[in-house]
Amino acid sequence: MRRTLTVLSLAVSALSAGLFSASALADEPVINLYSARHYPTDEALYSDFTKATGIKINRVDSDDAGIIARLKAEGTASPADVILLVDAARLWKGEVDGMFLPVKSKTLETAVPSQLRSKPTDDGGTAWFGLSTRARVVVYDKLKVKRDDVDTYEELADPKNKGKLCIRSGSHPYNLSLFGAMTEHLGPAATETWLKGMVDNMARAPKGGDTDQIKAVASGECGIAVTNTYYLARLMRSTNPADKAVAERVGVVFPNQQSWGTHVNVAGGAVARYSKNQANAVKFLEYLVSPEAQNHFANGNNEWPVVKGLKLDNAALKAMTGGNFKSELVPISAVGMNQIKVQQMLDRVGFK
Amino acid sequence: MVFSSRLFLRCVLVVLALLLALPVLTVLFSWAQWNAASASILTEMASTVLPDYVGTSLLLCALVSVGVISMGTVSAAAVTLFDFPMRRSLEWALLLPLAMPAYVVAYAYTDYLQFSGPLQTGIRAAFGLEGRVFPEVRNVWGAACVFTLALYPYVYLLARTALSERANHLMEAARLLGAPLSRRIMRVALPLARPAIAAGTALALMETLADFGVSSYFGIQTFTAGIYKAWLVMDNRIAAAQLATLLLIVVVALLAAEQRAQSRLRFSSARADRHSSESQPLKLQGLSAAFVWTLCVLPVLCGFVLPVLFMVRALLQGDGVVDLPWDRFMQWSLTSLSLGGMTALLAVGAALLLAAQARLHPNWLTRQAMGVVSLGYAVPGAVIVVGLLLPVGWVQATWPQSGVGFWLTATVLGLVWAYLVRFVAVALQSVQSGYARVPASLDDSARMLGTSGFSLVRRVHWPLLKKPLAAATLLVLVDVMKELPATLVLRPFNTDTLAVMAYQLARDERLGEAALPSLALVLVGLLPVILLSRTLRRS
Repeated sequence: MRRTLTVLSLAVSALSAGLFSASALADEPVINLYSARHYPTDEALYSDFTKATGIKINRVDSDDAGIIARLKAEGTASPADVILLVDAARLWKGEVDGMFLPVKSKTLETAVPSQLRSKPTDDGGTAWFGLSTRARVVVYDKLKVKRDDVDTYEELADPKNKGKLCIRSGSHPYNLSLFGAMTEHLGPAATETWLKGMVDNMARAPKGGDTDQIKAVASGECGIAVTNTYYLARLMRSTNPADKAVAERVGVVFPNQQSWGTHVNVAGGAVARYSKNQANAVKFLEYLVSPEAQNHFANGNNEWPVVKGLKLDNAALKAMTGGNFKSELVPISAVGMNQIKVQQMLDRVGFK
Repeated sequence: MVFSSRLFLRCVLVVLALLLALPVLTVLFSWAQWNAASASILTEMASTVLPDYVGTSLLLCALVSVGVISMGTVSAAAVTLFDFPMRRSLEWALLLPLAMPAYVVAYAYTDYLQFSGPLQTGIRAAFGLEGRVFPEVRNVWGAACVFTLALYPYVYLLARTALSERANHLMEAARLLGAPLSRRIMRVALPLARPAIAAGTALALMETLADFGVSSYFGIQTFTAGIYKAWLVMDNRIAAAQLATLLLIVVVALLAAEQRAQSRLRFSSARADRHSSESQPLKLQGLSAAFVWTLCVLPVLCGFVLPVLFMVRALLQGDGVVDLPWDRFMQWSLTSLSLGGMTALLAVGAALLLAAQARLHPNWLTRQAMGVVSLGYAVPGAVIVVGLLLPVGWVQATWPQSGVGFWLTATVLGLVWAYLVRFVAVALQSVQSGYARVPASLDDSARMLGTSGFSLVRRVHWPLLKKPLAAATLLVLVDVMKELPATLVLRPFNTDTLAVMAYQLARDERLGEAALPSLALVLVGLLPVILLSRTLRRS
């Protein structure tokens, strides 16, 4: 027993010495990155940047809320230089809470369309820039559901779709942002009625992630489901025959093409308020809108690039849309401001 | 001299308790910050979803209690009191589910058993069936099963330790006095193990109450889900903290009930370490051996073997595995082990200090310190993070030059602090239940012979507490390796752990890829389980 404990404590002290020293910040060119992106495919993105510029990236992946909480506690002592978040409402919240340092960069302003970045501050700086977008679409069972029955978000609540709908938790940021945007289109009262209609149409209580919803449609458990495009694209591009079969069984609709367009969410980046490596941080954001990085978002993680005019080299994304689709233009600040209201509506109508 | 060392120990105790209680105190302090925004959120939730959250949490706790008590006690009693084929192997194999995070068990079963999973799809195809073949996995009942399978080892480990120390010779005495087997178990073995069972159940329930991974994946509306919703969606930390205080009240009640159960029992024996040749486990044969064997194999099968097989299947079928940086697995494993080991040693040290103080100087101060420290375990990880970050943020804002914000997140200090807040309670439960079985008369005898204070702890308590201390080390080590919310938020740069990688891949719905770090987590978790299980048997 005593020997075991001795060995354990020796091992621990050796390793913990390593852990402490690993966090020491060296003099070499560096950026400290807080990222809510957690895709293994992004590793290539970071190593390419280091190769091209010689700037080393120290990284912590967490979720949006954790990053914001951490930044608030660290205050002026924060070592963070760049922050990457994956939801428009959270980007807006970070801006409102003063987490970001507005920057001026011709490269970023030219590359990122104005509706996908924050409004300029008084001195012309921009607090955050969208880097990729994700469309929230409807998938349906090609054998049992007619495409025309689900070509708008409103129809998800139509009694003709009773007992068919599968969707993940209403409180998930992807849904909150979609519902927040719908509140802008329909107004709060009609949105609450719409949410109630969806609850009445559910084939099962909300659970699981987006891939689960697609699989549930393919297996016949539900007729229609809501998902982000990159989950479907991943199944379409999978080498696993079972995944491919799932993707083949379902059809995809980009809703509201005849009206305000399909809801898109934004993943974006910003320079941290108290960054000590600001020039490197801006360089990194500029790299993320370069053609090779934007292609990486499209090919590595099946997202839509924000930079226009890029040749999309992703067969799954092309197959889904035939090349292009109309996306909605609701101000991101409005989506962010609606979040609490939407959650309270969800609680009232029993949308879990 | 004696006075000053006692005073010093008291100061250490107070500082330790304050450090560990800081997040809980921050949470309690939230009521002093009552404002219109949090009031409106709480009122709205109270009229819509809160009753549902409370009901679901209570039902879940009731089901998990029944599950872990029956599974943990039956298996512990079986391997301690009886001898049957494979008993030696099952003795440690029953601990294996301890290496499996509950959320991994949930992912594995759901992926395999759900409507669109391979089993139901296969059955439908084979028999030309339509619709659901068997009930939905992802509901309160399914969650209770997952928690039972993942958490019964708490009860098993503590109950086995309690029984193996002294049940056999008392059982033998009862047999010689003519008591039949059922009566010996009910009147001798179970009362002996009761404090340990209570302690194990309290741990399992606190873990259940603090869980977010399983309940969010299963879409069940627990109280913790409400806390997260208030914090993350409503962006109101005050309302989240206020809700968390309600959870704390339940935990206080749980702990009080457990302590009352312990105090009613006279569970210590002056002949604690006496082993005799006649106190051997009862040899079983034939049907009874097969029955007991099955009872012990089932938890291992359902809690470990099947989830591992399901994950291996997901791993083999998933694609993109080749993209994973294999060379970093060693680094993730080492980080997980070192964080776990470092925290386990500190936690067990702190628990021993607290428990010894409570034993030697049972007064108001030590009772309060123990009470507050015990609460940490039930506070959801994310709330602990908020509870740490809020006051540190305040200090940082008031004294910007202090750099405390930096030290909290740029080194492992903040992370280990958060782990200790959460897991010293685990060590304390185990040490306390160990202490409960060391008779007070031994202390009196030692004092009469001139040994007191630290020397008493070292010479009398320590030898008798080795097993509970080893068990505590194991529990904390494995718990830390599985911990998620605090690790996600507070870890320094470039410090990924296996749990973080498994969670992030699973959250991104890449179960095939998540299977690899999950399996590695299980493998690394197995090392201490096996090591300490052997140590427990030998000592």
